[in-house]
Amino acid sequence: MNWLADFFGDAAHWSGPDGIPVRLLEHLEFSAAAFLVAALIAVPLGLLIGHTGRGALLVVVAANAARALPTLGLLVLVVLLAGVGTVLPVLIPLIVLAVPPILVNTYEGVRGVDADLRDAAYGMGLRGRQVLFQTLTPVALPLILLGLRLAAIQVVSTATVAAFVGLGGLGRFIIDGLATKTYADVIGGAVLVAALALAVQFAFVLLDRVVVSPGVRQVR
Amino acid sequence: MITFEDVTKRYRDGTVAVDDLSMEVPTGAITVFVGPSGCGKTTSLRMINRMIDATSGRITLDGQDVREIDPATLRRGIGYVIQQAGLFPHRKIVDNVATVPYLLGWNKKKARARAMELLELVGLDPGLARRYPFQLSGGQQQRVGVARALAADPPVLLMDEPFSAVDPIVRASLQDELLRLQSELRKTIVFVTHDIDEAVKLGDTVAVLRVGGRLAQMAGPATLLTEPADDFVREFLGRDRGIRRLSFISAKEVRLSPAPSDLETDENGGPLGWRTADGLAAYGTFNPETDSLRVALDAALLSPNGTAVAVDEEGRVRGVAGRDAIDELLAEYAPPAAGPARGGASGSGGGSSSGAGDSEGAPA
Repeated sequence: MNWLADFFGDAAHWSGPDGIPVRLLEHLEFSAAAFLVAALIAVPLGLLIGHTGRGALLVVVAANAARALPTLGLLVLVVLLAGVGTVLPVLIPLIVLAVPPILVNTYEGVRGVDADLRDAAYGMGLRGRQVLFQTLTPVALPLILLGLRLAAIQVVSTATVAAFVGLGGLGRFIIDGLATKTYADVIGGAVLVAALALAVQFAFVLLDRVVVSPGVRQVR
Repeated sequence: MITFEDVTKRYRDGTVAVDDLSMEVPTGAITVFVGPSGCGKTTSLRMINRMIDATSGRITLDGQDVREIDPATLRRGIGYVIQQAGLFPHRKIVDNVATVPYLLGWNKKKARARAMELLELVGLDPGLARRYPFQLSGGQQQRVGVARALAADPPVLLMDEPFSAVDPIVRASLQDELLRLQSELRKTIVFVTHDIDEAVKLGDTVAVLRVGGRLAQMAGPATLLTEPADDFVREFLGRDRGIRRLSFISAKEVRLSPAPSDLETDENGGPLGWRTADGLAAYGTFNPETDSLRVALDAALLSPNGTAVAVDEEGRVRGVAGRDAIDELLAEYAPPAAGPARGGASGSGGGSSSGAGDSEGAPA
């Protein structure tokens, strides 16, 4: 507990370019950018593949590839290729990390919708796109949100690696702390990352409450 | 009117689901497609609203080939009810019912008002409108399914085994409800079932299909029971055809005698029982105005003296009918002596269909 008090009690940690607020903001910036790009790729792709049934193999391959890829290795590789100093080397591994859970859950969510329901939707006279957006998507929403939540938490936790390549974020406390053996900083940074992940989790629970129909939430 | 002209559905693997089907589905009446699994009854139904397209032949709706109509537009003009109701779980009941009106671009207020009307029509408490499907029982969900199909007042209703997933008691009440609705609405209904009793109960015309998608016989239920076209139909109809047929004969014509003095009645004129040495004995009643000959016969069999008690709507004794009186009517309705006993051509045309009843309102 002393280390935590040292870290959070030090007024110097709460201001300046390497203070907690600035680092937190940097961390959120990387994370949000990577997450948004991943969601913009994976949600439409998952919906499309789930709806048409075409390209399901892609989902399987993506899911397995993602498990096999070491994030840190990819980070170093992109740095070697793209050079230090830009934010790109951090975004790419984070996006690669975030796409599979979103893609797989969106696809499974849409594909898993009861065949009778799909049949009824077409039978009522909904067109393909209306079936997707008015029936399949709302019913699959809990799973889609689950995918987004898993991705967001992974991105937020993993964004600490930005510090490896000289960028900011909460990882700075951990990396620099390790380098200078200032363990209070290491632990303080780790606690901040964990708290952020919990906050993301909580935000998604709230989001679920707001956007998922009570009729669907109860069924699952 | 819906017509099938030489309609065949063959799948890529060579399976023939429907084989050269030709028939006319009469307007304003219930036509039931019945048969064992694999007889193509559901496929035939789904070809009407193009959920499946025929391989050859054509299906016309009021003279127009359905293949010439855009599927979504076609389906919005045809009510569709499926087995598990298929309600949208994320929508409230009222919005489920208003699905087609919304698709047709009605404003929300008008569509919801219409939905409320329909909930009442199918016998549901309007308080259920704000609930979600999972909060309703299977029978209630099925009623919502019917209300949803009727929302835009389509002239044609397709019902694909709509009552087969609910328990027998609920099923019977849903069947009665459908008959009541139909007596008001006079829709052209195509109803698919594998249950011959349901077919005979609901159908103005019954089309019996055999495995391989061929029409075995098409006739009114009473004709079907007395004159099955061949062994397959006879076997499919099952036992007790003679007795079941009596359900289609009204008890109105049963000759009534004045109630004898040994029938005890209460102060309102309702029957209490037959006076015997050991006290009052059981009795059976029928209402000649609304019941069938089958009910009258059943009532006679329930009394120790073989006499059925005729009552009016208030349950007051109007007279009695002995087995002799019932027998007279039975003789009158004996099957034709020269009827086809065996084999014979597959029947065509509906026996007791009510013909050109106008459906209510314009097609949407």
